[in-house]
Amino acid sequence: MSGVRVLVGTRKGAFIFTSDGKRTKWEISGPHFPGWEIYHVKGSPLNPDRIYASQCSGWFGQLIQRSDDGGKTWEPVGNQFTYDGVPGTHQWYDGTPHPWEFKRVWHLEPSRTDAEAVYAGVEDAALFHSTDGGTSWQELSGLRGHGSGPKWAPGAGGMCLHTIMQDPSNPQRMYIAISAAGAFRTDDGGKTWTPINRGLNSNYIPDPNAEVGHCVHHLAMHPSRPSTLFMQKHWDVMRSDNAGDLWTEVSGNLPTDFGFVIDVHAHEPETIYVVPIKSDAEHYVHEGKLRVYRSRTGGNEWEALTRGLPQENCYVNVLRDAMAVDALDKCGVYFGTTGGQVYASNDAGDSWTAIAEHLPAVLSVEVQTLP
Amino acid sequence: MIRVVLPGPLCAIARVERELEFDVPGPVTQRRVLDALEQRFPVLRGTIRDHVTQQRRPFVRFFACEQDLSLDSPDAPLPDAVAQGREPFLVVGATAGG
Repeated sequence: MSGVRVLVGTRKGAFIFTSDGKRTKWEISGPHFPGWEIYHVKGSPLNPDRIYASQCSGWFGQLIQRSDDGGKTWEPVGNQFTYDGVPGTHQWYDGTPHPWEFKRVWHLEPSRTDAEAVYAGVEDAALFHSTDGGTSWQELSGLRGHGSGPKWAPGAGGMCLHTIMQDPSNPQRMYIAISAAGAFRTDDGGKTWTPINRGLNSNYIPDPNAEVGHCVHHLAMHPSRPSTLFMQKHWDVMRSDNAGDLWTEVSGNLPTDFGFVIDVHAHEPETIYVVPIKSDAEHYVHEGKLRVYRSRTGGNEWEALTRGLPQENCYVNVLRDAMAVDALDKCGVYFGTTGGQVYASNDAGDSWTAIAEHLPAVLSVEVQTLP
Repeated sequence: MIRVVLPGPLCAIARVERELEFDVPGPVTQRRVLDALEQRFPVLRGTIRDHVTQQRRPFVRFFACEQDLSLDSPDAPLPDAVAQGREPFLVVGATAGG
């Protein structure tokens, strides 16, 4: 494998980092779409030159950009995200009904099986699908049609569908997560959905058996074990070994189990990474130290990874889509901060290097392992 | 010829200069100007007004002839100076934040 391409979305544009397989020297291009919020940039697993970017602005709304040359040039594609039927209401922060309104695309997930297909997770929460390279979008409305939609509520960042995971062994199975509704699974290609939140406990939900309402921040999966899922919930790091049917807490010895990101080592399905954040009121790292925590046991036993990361006076956050791994050997791990730093590790997290230090706040990090 | 001035971010995505000139069939109204603009530059669909409702986005304003026309009916005739191309129709991103 010859190298990697790191795709970074920020509050004020997108940046693309490229390196060879050593991952010690980096070329940076950008900002692409300067001044716009780039919530997510992601490449197709089938065609690495095909990349999508979610570009939005409070003034001018949503655009989707597509590149077919690895991010050198971009073309805007379809930006019409219309809910299927009458959207209805969800809960507002105070529990009152609030109409569903499209705000932005949080996450773009190119299909594993069709080079022209791509999914979009949006705020207010819904899942859209395109089969023509992002030119047109249709809602997979069975998700909102599950019936629990009126009980969904926004988290602090909005009511966003932020995680989309495709089961590599079963094209009909997919997982999504919504803040604050929870995780859902489809086994029929998106027609119908099942909430998969049993075992989650959230102290802001009075019903301990609530089917929905949980503020799931991110999900992760290793492609070789698609029924084992990892979750960073608002508080609590969780795992499921039965495709989300039941979750157990694996926070173990973490200094705090609040956080946003979670990811899995490319070659070790039981090695996972999180970045603990002090609390839901203080959205910055614990004790002023930027530490990635790694578990080689699928959770519960965690070690702090600090070499190359600031260990004093650091008060950044790492947002939910801002960590990714490459497939090289050793596994590369990447994450971006709200302080505009992008850190890379070419040794599975043992040591870190800042490959950018002064970007706008980082919203998302993805990586492509190039042939 | 109608003259339309776009805000910088929309110029960037449409890859055009700040001021555009194009024909609009009369009577010249906001709706007809925006219809013609979006027909020439489809990428602008959804950025100035909602795809479905065609309502102006909340943080977009329309100015012309030193007047704020944002709250006027989209089907009201624009001032003669705009219709005759002596004054531009300004699409403005509303000031928001610090």
